Amino acid sequence: MTPGDGWQRLHPLSPVVRGGRFTIGIAILLVPILFRGDKFSNAVPQLVVVAVLVAGGFVSWLVTRWRIEGDDLHLETGLLRRQSVRFPLSQVQAIDVVRPGLARMFRVAELRLRMAGASGATARLAYLPEREVEPLRDRLLTLARGARADEPAATAEDEQAPAEEKLLAQVDTRQLVVSILISDAGVFAELVFLTLVIIAVVSPHAAAGIVTGGFVWIIGAFTVVWRRFNQLYRQQVLEGPDGLHLRGGLIALTAETIRPGRVQAVRMVEPFLWQIAGWCRVEVDLAGRQRGKGEGASERGQMRTLLPVGSRALGFELVDRLVPDRPRELSHAPRRALWKSPLRYRKLAWGHTDTCVATTSGRLRRISCWVPLEKAQSLRRVEGPIQRRLNLASVHVDTAGRAVHATLRDRDAGEATRALDELAELARAARRAA
Amino acid sequence: MVPPSTLGQTPISFPAMSGQVEWRTPSPRLLRLRRLEVVVPALVVAVFLVVIGALSGSAWAYGLAAAAVAAGLLLLPTVGRRYRSWGYAERQDDLLVRRGVLFARLSVVPYGRMQFIDVTAGPLERSFRLATVRLHTAAAATDARIPGLDRDEAARLRDRLAELGEAQAAGL
Repeated sequence: MTPGDGWQRLHPLSPVVRGGRFTIGIAILLVPILFRGDKFSNAVPQLVVVAVLVAGGFVSWLVTRWRIEGDDLHLETGLLRRQSVRFPLSQVQAIDVVRPGLARMFRVAELRLRMAGASGATARLAYLPEREVEPLRDRLLTLARGARADEPAATAEDEQAPAEEKLLAQVDTRQLVVSILISDAGVFAELVFLTLVIIAVVSPHAAAGIVTGGFVWIIGAFTVVWRRFNQLYRQQVLEGPDGLHLRGGLIALTAETIRPGRVQAVRMVEPFLWQIAGWCRVEVDLAGRQRGKGEGASERGQMRTLLPVGSRALGFELVDRLVPDRPRELSHAPRRALWKSPLRYRKLAWGHTDTCVATTSGRLRRISCWVPLEKAQSLRRVEGPIQRRLNLASVHVDTAGRAVHATLRDRDAGEATRALDELAELARAARRAA
Repeated sequence: MVPPSTLGQTPISFPAMSGQVEWRTPSPRLLRLRRLEVVVPALVVAVFLVVIGALSGSAWAYGLAAAAVAAGLLLLPTVGRRYRSWGYAERQDDLLVRRGVLFARLSVVPYGRMQFIDVTAGPLERSFRLATVRLHTAAAATDARIPGLDRDEAARLRDRLAELGEAQAAGL
């Protein structure tokens, strides 16, 4: 397989896997027809529907093809409305391997390339044979790095070097279960469940009514909890030569690679209830894009949970990997900020080193953000009417990420101006050095 | 070609940033446009109400007409303050943009971070020979817009920023 060697197709079973739930539905539909020995003529409508769906899936597989051409991934699809997309590999932010339950059954996997830039979409190769996925991902990553550095020799060396991975963190299953149970969605699901039990004990008739009436809500609450568990089960953070690897999942396996230097910001969240246990969650923000059409919530968010749950010490260890030079001492907001942000006041602080700015905030939960200054896009100083009365101002550090936003909230007005000036200067120096 | 600086009259002046910052302001025609945008609707409403008053003989209509005129007059000073709050300065490595009276904002946008620059002009702006320049970076939160620039100044600024942006471009 050398670059530019013509077109390739996806795995023939792709439409079946992509159908997901519908495939299972069709299978269920077919079972009685096949085994109950019904009169064949009775089942004609069902069979026609199934035949149409199968034909549609087959055609969609037939017209989809891909190839690597130079530094681009070229993807063509569509029968009537032909679509040809080129994804420049130099803009790859991260490459994920996603394996839903059905895909694991058929030994296939999806390759997802997350692109940078405001217009960048996600390139999806769904699905490829399982054994081809890993080599292909390595190759794409090498190309991505090579295209960026323009040093083919160096990449060749990298390829020969054995891929050594160092385990940085692994999610403890018991900790994960407890953390989900006391997370917001978990508490909601528990309340729903508890209410149902109580009502069922008091009056079974009412419970039946509620279950049928609020069916969607109940399913929704438990789906969220289940999905979280399924996704984060035994998640591992590994450090490899081509970036940080994330692996995990119970039924749907995912493997993601985050390229070094693509991290726009790091965030540590300590939800209110978790603070008792001293746990935290570490997330990274990658260069994102605006929400695309027809994309699920999971694809929209560029926020990646690095460590779903772990002790603060472990969290800080990971943060240190990502932002080596993080500020150790933060300065608190002036006392009068209490009038402006009474709930946040106790958590408001910020600090900086030559390469990194750190802020903390949050009402009930504590959110700490770290932004490498070379990633700062623009700086803003904002002074609202209440702040002006109190001689306060905020400074925002904008990054290309989507979720993390470092804000020096409610600082002394003079300090804010000085910080704006100083950070602009440091960001410039950091950009030069990068 | 330094346009008359109005920083001295600005209600909220940011303390000087390091180095000499030479603030420029939008064209005075923007102030005229903004005033018209207040005065014309107020007058239209007032005239409409007066006509209704004359036809129906209701004192209410005259009262409301007076209120519309009063509201227009009250808004005029705010328009002036808002106009004077706008400003931009080209520093060596970044562009400063300030705006807002109630919420005073000052943005620092490094030239190297600019992804593209928009110059737009609506029908009203066009009739005043004005244009709005807007800067975009990879961050969606970046908020750097300079309205009411003279068309030539807008074109100059766009070309200058594009040139500087290219010279200092930095990756993501």
